[in-house]
Amino acid sequence: MSGPSTYEPKTAFTRWLDRRLPIVRLGYDSFVAYPTPRNLNYWWTFGAMLSLCLVVQIITGVVLAMHYVPHIDMAFASVQRIERDVPFGWLIQNMHAVGASMFFLAVYIHMFRGLYYGSYKAPRELLWILGCVIYLLMVATAFLGYTLPWGQMSFWGATVITNLLGALPLIGEPIKNWLMGGFSVDQPTLNRFFSLHYLLPFVIAGVVALHVWALHEAGQNNPAGVDVKSKADTVPFTPHATMKDLFAMGLFLILFATFIFYMPDALGHADNFIPANPLQTPPEIVPEWYLLPFYAILRAIDFNIGPIDSKLGGVLAMFAAIGVLFILPWLDTSRVRSMRYRPIARQFFLIFVVVCIFLGWCGGQNPGNILAKAGPFSATLEWVEGGTVSQAPIQAAGESQWQEAADTAEAAAREQGATMTAVNRTGASTGSLRTVAGGAVQSRVVTAETVDALETAIGAAKVEVGQAAPFFTVERRLPPTFTVTNLSQVLTLYYFLFFLVILPLLGLREKPGRVPDTIAKPVIDGKAQGAS
Amino acid sequence: MAEAAGDAHAGDESTRRDFIFIAAGSAAAVGAAATIWPFINQMNPAADTRALSTTEVDLSAVELGQQIKVMWQGKPVFVRHRTAEEIAAAQRDDFANLKDPQADADRLIQEDGQAGQPEWIVLQASCTHLGCVPTFAEGSAFGGWFCPCHGSDYDTSGRIRRGPAPRNLDIAPYVFTGPTAIRIG
Repeated sequence: MSGPSTYEPKTAFTRWLDRRLPIVRLGYDSFVAYPTPRNLNYWWTFGAMLSLCLVVQIITGVVLAMHYVPHIDMAFASVQRIERDVPFGWLIQNMHAVGASMFFLAVYIHMFRGLYYGSYKAPRELLWILGCVIYLLMVATAFLGYTLPWGQMSFWGATVITNLLGALPLIGEPIKNWLMGGFSVDQPTLNRFFSLHYLLPFVIAGVVALHVWALHEAGQNNPAGVDVKSKADTVPFTPHATMKDLFAMGLFLILFATFIFYMPDALGHADNFIPANPLQTPPEIVPEWYLLPFYAILRAIDFNIGPIDSKLGGVLAMFAAIGVLFILPWLDTSRVRSMRYRPIARQFFLIFVVVCIFLGWCGGQNPGNILAKAGPFSATLEWVEGGTVSQAPIQAAGESQWQEAADTAEAAAREQGATMTAVNRTGASTGSLRTVAGGAVQSRVVTAETVDALETAIGAAKVEVGQAAPFFTVERRLPPTFTVTNLSQVLTLYYFLFFLVILPLLGLREKPGRVPDTIAKPVIDGKAQGAS
Repeated sequence: MAEAAGDAHAGDESTRRDFIFIAAGSAAAVGAAATIWPFINQMNPAADTRALSTTEVDLSAVELGQQIKVMWQGKPVFVRHRTAEEIAAAQRDDFANLKDPQADADRLIQEDGQAGQPEWIVLQASCTHLGCVPTFAEGSAFGGWFCPCHGSDYDTSGRIRRGPAPRNLDIAPYVFTGPTAIRIG
């Protein structure tokens, strides 16, 4: 793509250096003379921001490691010390914590950009896959890093995620203990998480180098998705892309600084300001915002699929949600790269973006929260006032005949004029039957907004009636409900449909939009030359 | 010398060389695996961590209806002194509609196979869903344990009754070492 090098050393020293280590030439060819498509828009500036984020995280991280103590008794206090006592510690710690969120914000925009403009298609499949590897490493690094402050959310987040691996059949438990270095999240876990959290950013930097190398080999994609035809379609990286990237970076840094200086903890969770306590679980465990969509997918699978139980199913779905990105270049069958010229795919893409955002919302909610229901939860309590209570044993011939025996006994009691009956099973084939004869049948209906509130209301009603009733029969009416989990299921379904069904089939069926004349035809007298 | 032997059997040369390549390659692979193994295995629980595998508990201080949490292998374990009502509720529900059917008596069996005492139940205090610590009674519709994370509800025998957890609360392996003392692990 870059073509032969146009670098010419100007001074005696650079000529000397160029013969021995052509590092200036490499920089010049990669970031000065490198031809970039002239139609790149601002969505193409996020790569530069991501490089900046990585550098910020590494520098602030190395500094924080000078003050942080990876010990379960001291980790929490050492972070507080950084915030309060270390000169400018508050700034550096905030930069690191907010930096993680900014990093993910930029990477998500960068990924959606790639999706929309088909940047994953030939010849950029490896470029895309390397990007997916970087993303996966980022997720791992962020998870490890979130454990380090050793707050409640750190500890319980680590517990929940390591337990996820325990869901794997047979190898799950040994892998879990291997990862934790013990039988629970404890000192060995914290110590190794710190070590790995320090290591992984450098691995990321290595893969980023490969990512940039692959980019410079295949050349940048562009909003039209049409390959660059000649030199006239490109401009040199410096000053054009450099200046544009710097301007976008300036805007990005304003947002970054707003968070650092005005709301450094807005993106975190209040519970992480409570020191970790293995004996007490916080009321809710949620990951940081950038992992919420995957958390929602994890929790969406609350049903067993054949031999796969719900827990393993959730884990598999969550990993599949990232895994599917790796094979995307071969799932999308369309030969048109940019969705600018794919009118139908564009609609599905926009829905996909909305689905991802709502998945994130679902991940932050209590899964049982009811979004809609067909009616109120209600229950009818019945009891008898003033009757005579008697009790008789039931003996069934065997365990399998129990239900039959109980039904017979109950029917017989009713025949004899009992107003209420209740069966109490005490053994495999034994039990007792309580009956009330005579008296007046009373009933009461209670309603509530949720199942739990209904149980509370039933309990309250029982207390109110009190001794007047020997026992109650309760008939509960639970309306069909649509919960956060149900919404997550619908959204998860679309997430996978988009990649596994819509993109493969649509690529074969869709009629692309017309490429505009400015791209399809030469601009000046049938010749595309002389533009620069 | 080896070369001379090679020349003498010119037709065999490639086979002999292949053999040497394969043998050398295999030796290198075994060596690499042997080198990597210590670096992988070092992450497994260390001897001092594994040494924490038993915990002695004195039950005499636990009043009726009281529950203590003890640490075993770095994880909390519930030792609950159950009341007569709790025992009755647990035994009554042996035949209820259970997700993971198990009789209360089977959940009290000691590690050595002997029957336990219904007053004492020893459970691992981590929800079988994702490992949170359930709370006792508070929130439970069955008078047992309730997990605040995702709403799994356990009865007074620690059996799962409602919610996402796949299994009953795990029993911690224990034996009575005296009338009022147990050893966990």
